[in-house]
Amino acid sequence: MTEQMDVIIIGAGHNGLVCGTYLARAGLDVLFLEARDAVGGMTATRAIDTDYHTPGLAQTSFPVCTQIRKDLQLDSFGYSVGKAADTISLEQNGAHLRIGQQGPSGQGVSNSDTMAFDQLKKEYLDYAKALRPLFQNKPPRLKDFDFKDKTTLAKLGWNLRVGLGSDSMNEFLRIATMNMYDILDEALENEQLKGALAADAVLGHHMGPRTPGTVLTWLNRLSGELNGSLSVVDGSDSQLGHALRKAAAASGASFRLNASVRKILVEKSRAYGVEMADGEKIKAPLVISNADPRSTLLDLVGAPELDAMFAQRVSQIRGAGDVAKLHLALTGLPEFTGLAGADLEHRLIVAPTMMYVERAFNPAKYGECSDNPVLEITIPSLQNKSLAPAGHHVMAVNVTFAPYNLEGGWEKAKDQFASKVIDQLCRYAPNLKSLIANQELLTPQDIEREYHVREGHWHHGEMTIHQSFMMRPLYGAAQYDTPIDGLFLCGAGTHPGGGLTGQPGHNAAQRILAMRPAS
Amino acid sequence: MTINKEHFRRALQHSPFHSRLAALSLTEEWTGWNGYKAARTLDKLSTEYFAVRSSCSVMDLTPMEKYRISGKDAFRFLDRLVTRDLSKLKPGMVTYVVWCNDDGKLIDDGTLFQLDEDQYRLCSQHHQLDWLLISSIGFDVNIEVETHEVAALAVQGPTAYSILTEAGIDGLADLKPFGIAQLQCNGFPLVVSRTGYTGDLGYELWVDPKHAESLWDALFAIKPRLDIHPIGLSTLEMVRIEAGFIMPGFDFNTAESTIRADYDRSPYEVGLGWLVNLDKGHFTGRQALLAEKARPVKRRLTKIYVDGNKPVREAFIFDAKHGKQIGEIKCATWSPILKANLAIADIEFVNGKLPPQLWARVDYQRELKWLSIWAECRVSDKPFYTPEHRSATPPANF
Repeated sequence: MTEQMDVIIIGAGHNGLVCGTYLARAGLDVLFLEARDAVGGMTATRAIDTDYHTPGLAQTSFPVCTQIRKDLQLDSFGYSVGKAADTISLEQNGAHLRIGQQGPSGQGVSNSDTMAFDQLKKEYLDYAKALRPLFQNKPPRLKDFDFKDKTTLAKLGWNLRVGLGSDSMNEFLRIATMNMYDILDEALENEQLKGALAADAVLGHHMGPRTPGTVLTWLNRLSGELNGSLSVVDGSDSQLGHALRKAAAASGASFRLNASVRKILVEKSRAYGVEMADGEKIKAPLVISNADPRSTLLDLVGAPELDAMFAQRVSQIRGAGDVAKLHLALTGLPEFTGLAGADLEHRLIVAPTMMYVERAFNPAKYGECSDNPVLEITIPSLQNKSLAPAGHHVMAVNVTFAPYNLEGGWEKAKDQFASKVIDQLCRYAPNLKSLIANQELLTPQDIEREYHVREGHWHHGEMTIHQSFMMRPLYGAAQYDTPIDGLFLCGAGTHPGGGLTGQPGHNAAQRILAMRPAS
Repeated sequence: MTINKEHFRRALQHSPFHSRLAALSLTEEWTGWNGYKAARTLDKLSTEYFAVRSSCSVMDLTPMEKYRISGKDAFRFLDRLVTRDLSKLKPGMVTYVVWCNDDGKLIDDGTLFQLDEDQYRLCSQHHQLDWLLISSIGFDVNIEVETHEVAALAVQGPTAYSILTEAGIDGLADLKPFGIAQLQCNGFPLVVSRTGYTGDLGYELWVDPKHAESLWDALFAIKPRLDIHPIGLSTLEMVRIEAGFIMPGFDFNTAESTIRADYDRSPYEVGLGWLVNLDKGHFTGRQALLAEKARPVKRRLTKIYVDGNKPVREAFIFDAKHGKQIGEIKCATWSPILKANLAIADIEFVNGKLPPQLWARVDYQRELKWLSIWAECRVSDKPFYTPEHRSATPPANF
């Protein structure tokens, strides 16, 4: 049987859902093909034991881009922004640092720290605001640009020059390609505070605080704050994935789950549909891939259908995942030294100093796991009781760094690494070990297999400068386009990159709709 | 591949035929060619030239870059590499191919030999390993450099068939142009292809380097009865122009060595549009070439006769009607057999068409004084020299 659709979206992650919903609302017949058994990609809830569930890979997030929330009326489909979460940077002795809405607080935090932090934050939020036209539109071409590209560049230029003012613009140009270590060392004194911010800049990336370009990854993260506060992802009905699924369905899009695409059908450089794992063919003049660029172009399209140099560039996209995910099923709430029970609803991190984060990164450069990894800990079951039996809990831990290509392979190292991380956690929550009912560690290789993301990278490709803006995912495929006519990309591998912003999906949809001939 | 660790002791490597070439070289005029010491001339140019056109010439082709391409996807790999439709290629056949970069600009040309099922040899002027490896992403294919493992000898001229047969190589009578035969010569195996770069009757012999000298000696043993001469690159330049063959890197800049915009060339621009099949499956550069084909022709390498007998080397070409400089001669030769000045010129088209009247400004020296004359050019649509005996099967016996 051959079905005919207007649009096929490969992968119903949040960007795919955003993109497809815009297209469905524009009157197109949209079919989502999702290889997993749930939509929402990395936000979809997963079982770690019969009675214990976690919200998948995504642990904390900023609200989805305000424009998308409004356009797709997500609130009417149950979307609500989660409770604002503070960041608590743990110290073994209980002298924790808290960064909340009101700025940093804690034993070692002085007035001058608070002031310097506020100033830094304000300055960088201004930069993020100035860059907004760049994030919210397709990245402008620098040659042969169209009207939209011109307006994006004009707005960007205006924001940088007039919006920021010349002093701020000069400062922005100075810091744009710098590393977080130097920036934070210039601006702040409190080591704990610097450590926490440095961890934010490298989270999900194969970068240490001293890696050039980490200012940009931090700015990208800060731009999320323009939409609201960070919250803990808890898998409840108000979460982005669920609301998007309902919005998509309401706009007439259809879904197939457990529907694995084997290849994108291409003839004479034009995509005309997909072939499913079971051999079924579904035809559509528009195929949009929410999968990462390498999987899409090398596996689903295949290098033989591409020009040689382009295929080579695709194969060179940098994006080896460097974060492992530890899930713990707990028979009770752990006790953290120096924290009250209510504090555990927030985001806990282990990144006591910048040097700690940098040292954690060192082994990863040589294909080894961090001796003392940076941790991001949440207990989503405190907010969403349905995740665990009454009185029980689930804990999610992002473990950084854990390289995809581990020297000696993951098979042998996996259990040992999990115990090491648990031991490390016990230094902050001594009773943790006695509460563990079950556990799972997802290495980047597991993430690759289970979430169909090449090399298990959260962001579908490193967000380095050479893989950003009009170079994301790569030269020759910017603006959500590919060399294959009728095939577009809409995932985190495209501009402006990862995070639960929905921005790549939105921009891709705008691009595709703008290209359609007026009917 | 065995690595010769002593290679640095010589700036230029000796080919397996070197001892024989050196013994016959009267001019000692050597040059470098792909890292090998190669003869520019060995004798008077006229002696060498008429060996090709009137008797038999031998040229050492070992420096040509040679790649063995094998494996399950070898055919698919090659079909995606080159612009030509390879579906008619069979074991025992050779075909002439070109390949482009993503922008549809020529990287090199070469001859592709299908030696067996899933066994190919690609023979090219320039080093291609990097491009072949880049092109191999996504294919189950094995690529090996065999430049130094295969000694190659071109035997070209009207009496080439007779000499090879008399030297003990049986089985050439039925070998058609672009055919390959696996044969024997005095007990050692060799591969013979009916190919060449001279436009004459001729063969290329591919042999294990350890048999190179024996092969040479077997051929030159016939010399008392049928004349045979080694030739160098200078003669090759003359005869290849007569035959209308172009040379990448000389007649046009190859894409991967081009820095300036618009200095590289597409197959259409060098007159090899007939090698491009836009209807076969995908190949590198297809979309760019499709777009180029939809635009008016911008320029083309064009074969021209230049009036007069003044030697032409480099010269500008002018559109007689508008008096505008529109091109330049890339290579030229005086053809002794045609008694004409032949050239291949890179000419800008005017409104998608070749201007009807072309003139060349020829600068030449007389007793060291530079003079300039205007010579009319006549376009040749066909190769300048295509003798009938070139393709006769079986070839005439002498």
